[in-house]
Amino acid sequence: MQVFDLGSSGPSQGLTTARAAGLVACRTCGQVHHKGAERCKRCQSPLISRDHQSLQKVWAWLIAGIIAYIPANTYPMLLTSTLLERSESTIIGGVVDLMHYGAYGIAFVVFFASVVIPVGKFLAIMYLAVSVQRASQANQHGRHKAYDLVEFIGRWSMIDVFVVAILSALVQLDTIATINPGIAAVSFALSVIFTMLAAQAFDPRLIWDVDRTPHD
Amino acid sequence: MTDAQQYLDDLVACPQCDTLHAAQDLPEGMRACCQRCGHVLMSTQRTAVARIIALALTAFVLMIAAVTFPFLSLNAGGVQNATSVIDAVLAFKDGLAFPLAVATAFFIVVLPLMRLSALIYALGPLVTERKPHPGARFAFGLAERLRPWSMAEIFIVGVTVALIKVAGMAAVTIGPAFWAFAGVVVITILKDQLICRYSIWEALDQAKA
Ligand SMILES: [Zn+2]
Ligand SMILES: [Zn+2]
Repeated sequence: MQVFDLGSSGPSQGLTTARAAGLVACRTCGQVHHKGAERCKRCQSPLISRDHQSLQKVWAWLIAGIIAYIPANTYPMLLTSTLLERSESTIIGGVVDLMHYGAYGIAFVVFFASVVIPVGKFLAIMYLAVSVQRASQANQHGRHKAYDLVEFIGRWSMIDVFVVAILSALVQLDTIATINPGIAAVSFALSVIFTMLAAQAFDPRLIWDVDRTPHD
Repeated sequence: MTDAQQYLDDLVACPQCDTLHAAQDLPEGMRACCQRCGHVLMSTQRTAVARIIALALTAFVLMIAAVTFPFLSLNAGGVQNATSVIDAVLAFKDGLAFPLAVATAFFIVVLPLMRLSALIYALGPLVTERKPHPGARFAFGLAERLRPWSMAEIFIVGVTVALIKVAGMAAVTIGPAFWAFAGVVVITILKDQLICRYSIWEALDQAKA
């Protein structure tokens, strides 16, 4: 697809923000309103020029997400009982089991979704929040990409919770083998949900605000 | 409509960085990106609404099939256990995990269905060039806001991982609901790619006038 130059409505050279023009834009539908409007006239979403509590909310959800991630790793995700033995496996234990069966590809997917993505997301959100707090002007495009990536990829961590759901529903073979969900499934799901909320609370407009003259 | 109001309606603000742009009619097959951050602001897909509705209706029917038909069944040592999508949700019904059962139901069935219904409700009348239903804009906004929480595609990947885990210990039979669910996922992805938010908001605005 070709890219079409929309131009800017601002002063001849530089680009203007809605806030600098005394306007407030709806983030759901893009409709522009006069400052002071509270709800979007088009889609009824609440209008906020800049969410000044954004960072507070980000930190609160992020800390909750990190706290929930700890028991998710130390407690069992799956409780398996067979004729011979009862066993419990954690997230990492599940990955090790998969490698045992020789399913390296799947082991990698699970490891990536349950360890790399959550930890990477904690770090990325911290980096975004700290850089905005310090009014950093560096690498705005890179940080914006990081934000997009976090929003896009974060939800995929739920894979392991769904694996537990399907295994527990499927493997109910009386005495031969049964699998039941462990408590870690709950804390892992909470951790994913909290970090998704942290990412959604982050207002990406703050990344771009630093080199603009402060308005209101 | 006053001049000032018309002026506001001709502006587009980037949802990611708040930079104002003047909206224009794009030539077919082009897209416009934010000058500052590069976010795609509009693309031209004029004929998309009919296709979006067709795909949404198909996905809706398949989703109903996916929750009613048998999903998977497992056979080992003469003992058999069949599982539906609902059973997978109910895996978490005991004790402390109960809220997770509710959340899982929302992520894999309820929210995908809500998004599809909201979209069909909001855009359906546009296909036959009728006036949109009351609340159509709210419904479309809702469908877009629910997008990150609708996790059917993640569920199907999770199911694949689970199948590989049990494949060694028992024989698994894949039921029609599995294919229906996979269909929902593929169609939803195709449908979401067709949605250019800006054009749909414009279409909803013009249909009202
Ligand atoms: Zn709006
Ligand atoms: Zn932008």
